[in-house]
Amino acid sequence: MIKRLWDGIKRPVDPWLLVFTLMVLVLSVVVLYSASNRDMDKVTDKLTFMGIAVVTMWCVANISQQNLMRLALPAYLFAVLLLLGVQFFGVTSHGATRWLNIGVTRIQPSELMRIALPLMLAWYFHHFEANLNWRHFLVALLLMLIPVGLILKQPDLGTGLLIAASGFYILFFAGLPWKLIGLLVLAAGGVAYTVTHWDLCVHLLHEYQCRRVATMIDPMEDPLGAGYHIIQGTIAIGSGGLVGKGWLNGTQTHLDFIPERTTDFIFAVFGEEFGLAGNVVLLVMYLLVIARGLTIAMNASTLFGRLLAGSITLTFFTYAFVNMGMVSGILPVVGVPLPLVSYGGTSMLSILTGFGILMSIGRDRKLMKV
Amino acid sequence: MKSRHRAMFSKPVKGRMRAPASNELRNANAERYAFQLRILAAALFVLTLFGCLLARFVWLQALQHEKYQTMAEANRISLVPVQPSRGIIKDRNGVVLAHNYSAYTLEITPSKLPDELEQSIERLNHIVEITPKDRRRFKKLMEETKEFESLPIKTRLTDEEVARFAANSYQFPGVEVKARLFRHYPLGELASHLIGYIGRINDKDIINLENAGETANYRGTDHIGKVGIEQFYEEQLHGTTGFEEVEIDSGGRAIRTLRRIQPTPGKNLVLSVDIKLQEIAEKAFGENNGSLVAIDPKTGGVLALVSKPGYDPNLFVDGIDPQNWKDLNESPDKPLNNRALRGTYPPGSTFKPFMALAALEGGFRTAGATIADPGFFWFGGHQFRDDKVGGHGMVDMYRSIVISCDTYYYSLASSMGIDNISHFMRLFDFGQPTGVDIDGEQPGVLPSQEWKKKRFKNPAQQKWYAGETISIGIGQGYNTYTPLQMAHATATLANNGVMFKPHLVQFIEDAGKGSRTPVEPTPVKTIPLKPENLAVIHRAMAGVIKEGTGARAFAGAQYEAAGKTGTAQVFSLKGAKYSESGTKKHLRDHAWFIAYAPASNPTIALAVLVENGGFGAATAAPIARQVLDFYLTGKAPTAPAINASDVENATDD
Repeated sequence: MIKRLWDGIKRPVDPWLLVFTLMVLVLSVVVLYSASNRDMDKVTDKLTFMGIAVVTMWCVANISQQNLMRLALPAYLFAVLLLLGVQFFGVTSHGATRWLNIGVTRIQPSELMRIALPLMLAWYFHHFEANLNWRHFLVALLLMLIPVGLILKQPDLGTGLLIAASGFYILFFAGLPWKLIGLLVLAAGGVAYTVTHWDLCVHLLHEYQCRRVATMIDPMEDPLGAGYHIIQGTIAIGSGGLVGKGWLNGTQTHLDFIPERTTDFIFAVFGEEFGLAGNVVLLVMYLLVIARGLTIAMNASTLFGRLLAGSITLTFFTYAFVNMGMVSGILPVVGVPLPLVSYGGTSMLSILTGFGILMSIGRDRKLMKV
Repeated sequence: MKSRHRAMFSKPVKGRMRAPASNELRNANAERYAFQLRILAAALFVLTLFGCLLARFVWLQALQHEKYQTMAEANRISLVPVQPSRGIIKDRNGVVLAHNYSAYTLEITPSKLPDELEQSIERLNHIVEITPKDRRRFKKLMEETKEFESLPIKTRLTDEEVARFAANSYQFPGVEVKARLFRHYPLGELASHLIGYIGRINDKDIINLENAGETANYRGTDHIGKVGIEQFYEEQLHGTTGFEEVEIDSGGRAIRTLRRIQPTPGKNLVLSVDIKLQEIAEKAFGENNGSLVAIDPKTGGVLALVSKPGYDPNLFVDGIDPQNWKDLNESPDKPLNNRALRGTYPPGSTFKPFMALAALEGGFRTAGATIADPGFFWFGGHQFRDDKVGGHGMVDMYRSIVISCDTYYYSLASSMGIDNISHFMRLFDFGQPTGVDIDGEQPGVLPSQEWKKKRFKNPAQQKWYAGETISIGIGQGYNTYTPLQMAHATATLANNGVMFKPHLVQFIEDAGKGSRTPVEPTPVKTIPLKPENLAVIHRAMAGVIKEGTGARAFAGAQYEAAGKTGTAQVFSLKGAKYSESGTKKHLRDHAWFIAYAPASNPTIALAVLVENGGFGAATAAPIARQVLDFYLTGKAPTAPAINASDVENATDD
């Protein structure tokens, strides 16, 4: 009886992905305890988020690929509708209109789009798998630009670019020609050149966004304002040295120098207290998760599964890379949490929902071999 | 079987129809190969970028480590909030009621201690004496606040103690001496209920501050007004927090200040209260509990606001010791209850002048109409007694007030009906908060048919019975009012129906600018009353003092006053004759007195309530006499107005 129940629970689960994920989660609790100055309330909250997110992951893992495909179009349309709703009825806070008030709470529809867009594009390519041509890529690009445009308009540059990336990864795995990719890389270089040159930048973007980039290039320009985050984060990581100052002993952390140290800047706490050794361990853990995700993508039975698994995995990587790059001062400060580690329920929920989809894709492959 | 079924469906049907089977297989393989190539590219992409990160980490943490180590060690700039000094509170003559002084405290940050808290305190005890009381208080503070805050273990260190700790401070990481501003109430218990006190900010205060968007301004502030003026004027008293940019060393200690944004000190408050008058009023109560509120009828300015017993507000400032808290909280005298605003009592016969005015205004009685008083009033087979056996004989309106005839008001109430009464009394703000500038006012009860419907759930109890109206006429029954409401109504009556909102603060001073903003008297309304009717009531109330129930207490007064005595039943005697000596003290009647003076042009109106004081004429009126004497002639009394034996021997109302 108990055995059957246990089998029922573990049936949809991909053990490797689960183990790697749990390793990162355990580490995240350890860091949070220090980052929050031993605030057990925050730790308890985090554990609750984790519990909810893991259960959600399990539930999503139980959904079959057929049903995921059926969900793709409605989920995408719904998310676009919500984003349009934000444009017209959104709640504005700190100069950005990102939320919808649904009575009980505020929701951020761009979070839903993080899952809905790759789901939609994967389904779209899968649907026209037999005779894919350049027109399909054009339509896919359009499907991608609608939500991305709406999110950039909120304005939310960080989320917009990351969702664009998740869509681009689908195009990439679907076989976007290498030449085009080369062109895109060149274009990205052009954009990078533009935003790093103030005069050009202010024509095209919001001033605060340009200032972030300018501050990244020379944080000392504005040491107590926008540069403060970068300087303090860099000092924290640098002063950590090879093995770190030890858990709970980071002076930058505990003397209140690291801003937002439980959320976007938690990596600075980690780097200060655990040093280069800790950073390598974290990179390896992330690599294990990514490697497992790419393996699932490679072995997936359908084009839908391959594209979706590939995109989810690479998006996860992108979040990790952008966050660590921003905290260590090689990327501009965009509000991106460190995946699985930062304090905050929504981000964890959307990541583990993605992992649930990965498990669902991996499971279908297993069943097919039988 | 099932899986194969699924796999078949997962291939698009369209493609199959068009291409031959072998082609499809080759295509599928080619596709798979292309995809694997892309996965490989993705893996390379991941590894390259993570490689960049790794290079960055090596650069920062291995190659440049020393540079950042030095930066972390040496040059750190911290923003330290600078607490503004809290505004001081003064009486109308500039006597200081609440001020700040600087003193050293020994503070512990529990999360930074190297060993257990108990051990640390024990070790500290060898350097600076920590009393068991200090420990108890500290424990209570710990329970109330977040762990990482620094909390005072001992306040007001002597210079010697500071020096001794400074010499040994290296042994005590997590413990430091801080110079802090302390709130002090130099007058102790005097006026404690009106000044209130500040206390340490607790979780509930934090939520309130968050809702008010004031969290940033309270960084660096540990205390907040909890009751009284201190609470009501928190916003003005607190001021704006400043900031200091300081360089700190690796232990978190400040080395030098780089830049300072000065705090804006809180505003000073000048009260309309005359603290000498307040002191005389409080002393006049002797050992008795009760309340007195005196108001300037022309402005609404509160001259004295007494609630006896009081408490020492200084006990609360640094967190109250549990033993003191228990004593205050569990005392049967309820010293923490502000009776002036929160105590509700039936008004007794002090209600009669207002009833008489209602009768005149509503045309229910003329001033000259007389009744023959047999000493009781029959209604519905029930006898309502007057306290004079055999009655007062022929009574007109003037006499009804002067001798306080109950029968007159039984019959008046009966002919007016409850809704006419409550409608008129509402004009005088009976049964509703006066809006005074202290929080926590009780509304009391002004009964009406509608009130009873709301008050009771049981339909049988919801109906108003005509018999219930009778006792309302003499200020008994359901109606209960606060001493503040009684004083407010008396002041309005004294001012011929022109009502001002009672207020305690007269000026708000900006010490920095040296400017003073007066708190303008707020006219609430003018009750339309006929001058000839008012004249009847004024004459009768002056008669109470000249020849009536208040005459003995006011014998020899150098001014003309007007007033009314009252006695509020605590305990229903069910027909038996009330006798003071035969009734336990806490069941004894409450004594009331309302008055204003000088009768011709009143500058002060007041209400006195003596809990379980018996008859108003004997206990409450002498207190009013002392207060009026001092306010109008400057004569200070030599002894309390009443003592225990007066209360025992009080005989007449």
